[in-house]
Amino acid sequence: MTLRLENLGKEFAAGRPVLADLDVTIASGEFVCVVGASGSGKSTLLSLIAGLIPPTTGRILLDGEEVTGPGPERGLVFQTASLYPWRSVARNVAFGLEALRLPRARRQERVGRLLEEVGLAHLAGALPGRLSGGQQQRVAIARALACSPRVLLLDEPFGALDVQTKEDMQLFIRQVWQDVPTTVIMVTHDVEEAVFLGRRVLVLSCDPGRIARDLAVDLPAERALTEKRSPEFLAMRAEVEDLVRAEHRAHQARV
Amino acid sequence: MTGVPARAGAPTRQAADPGAHADVDAGAHVNADRGAHVSADVSAGGRPWSGVRPGRRIRLLNSGVSARVAWVLRALSVLVPLAAWQALSASGLVNPTFLPSPAAVWAAGNAMAASGDLWSDLAASLGRIGLGFALAVLISVPLGFTMGALPWAQALLEPMIGLLRYLPASAFIPLLIIWLGIGEASKVALLVLGVVFFNTLMTADVVRQVPRRLLEVSATLGAGRLRVASRVVFPYALPGMIDAMRVNAAAAWNFVVVAELIAATSGLGYRITRAQRFLQTDRIFAILVLIGLIGLAIDVLLRLLRTRIGRWAG
Repeated sequence: MTLRLENLGKEFAAGRPVLADLDVTIASGEFVCVVGASGSGKSTLLSLIAGLIPPTTGRILLDGEEVTGPGPERGLVFQTASLYPWRSVARNVAFGLEALRLPRARRQERVGRLLEEVGLAHLAGALPGRLSGGQQQRVAIARALACSPRVLLLDEPFGALDVQTKEDMQLFIRQVWQDVPTTVIMVTHDVEEAVFLGRRVLVLSCDPGRIARDLAVDLPAERALTEKRSPEFLAMRAEVEDLVRAEHRAHQARV
Repeated sequence: MTGVPARAGAPTRQAADPGAHADVDAGAHVNADRGAHVSADVSAGGRPWSGVRPGRRIRLLNSGVSARVAWVLRALSVLVPLAAWQALSASGLVNPTFLPSPAAVWAAGNAMAASGDLWSDLAASLGRIGLGFALAVLISVPLGFTMGALPWAQALLEPMIGLLRYLPASAFIPLLIIWLGIGEASKVALLVLGVVFFNTLMTADVVRQVPRRLLEVSATLGAGRLRVASRVVFPYALPGMIDAMRVNAAAAWNFVVVAELIAATSGLGYRITRAQRFLQTDRIFAILVLIGLIGLAIDVLLRLLRTRIGRWAG
């Protein structure tokens, strides 16, 4: 899998670009976190990659093929779970597989394995309304993974969770990424989260959103939560925070 | 009467903690008081909100009532008007020809039931609402669904349907009789006219409320437009569509009776006009009570259906 953004730009109103001049290549198996102040167009970027909106300039290539619309090879998870509230957990996860016309037995087997992976096998029959916020996000992630996406797009997936749940979910998503052969692109406003999870952090500028910095995270691949206290981690976090803060100030000054 | 959701034991009585639901005299005090709150808590643990009178609590506008109080209120809502009716007719202030007593109405109803007229009329009315309402739903649900799901269909259809909705269906009765005669067709048509436009617009509204995120995520899971319509939009909107039907079923039941008041030979409306000819107000009252009870029964049935189907929606 290679995802290429070529000269990518987006305007919702003419002459007021939200994103401009994005040239990025993301290789197979990367975990890329995109951070930026509000107004940097980071969620717009994910919508573009997901194919939900067309770019104004440039193009997106997934393994050489231009992205022209949404598809199951680019799974998407939003901040709020967006589950199907009338479907059980298992049937939520099965949604994408139903369109693939997989035989019933294979489908059930795959759903079962995914629920094991996200630790929700015991809730297979429950309705989403019964689940906690963290559990709902696990279902949404399993549902996206069911289609074996080449790239998993996460739009502030843990933004609505409490701090403890959020940390659990950070460990969880890292585990999933190591278990499942997929590339992850995650948008977040939480710098600590970005540095902890990403092997690479893209910092977006504001007005319009451009790549302000493309940083490789030089931390051990295996990261425990205690890593967040290491000097290397803190230095990196400070660097990214300063960048984001400067962009935020500049954005406020322009508003 | 099943209208009030049971709020028994709703946790709205937290006001027991005097600090939690403080009574702030004026909005302007809020910020100053908040500052006071912090310092007071830290220093002496004294009363934090300076503007608070002890013992007064703010109560939520929608504070719950206990299950027992709710049932008492429900009983009163039926019994008080009944008692007033009984008192008024027993007082002799009103001529019994105009206002028969509850007992007389009960007797008149029994007499009509014993002769069998009431049941055949009831069957005729129920047959008409069954046919007419089914037709109206068959037209309005697909139409409203399309309008709600496709913006171009909305733009195409909403102006005309929005206009037609405001034409009183009863005003079409003369026209319908000219077009369709005085038989069943004109009565069913009136019912369809009275329901179809409202139900179309209400269905469209419900369908439009499906969250955009849900549609987007479905597309990224490989679902095309048809699949999204049938597997996402339809199930999401179904409870709301049943709610719309429930509201419009009440209108449909009204239109049946209206249709039968004019040029009918059967039905509850027809029975009312016959009773009018002989000044049998006790019979008219008995039929009105029956009409109300049937309407209530239709409402309860649709409500049960909605609860069953919309369990997930709470």
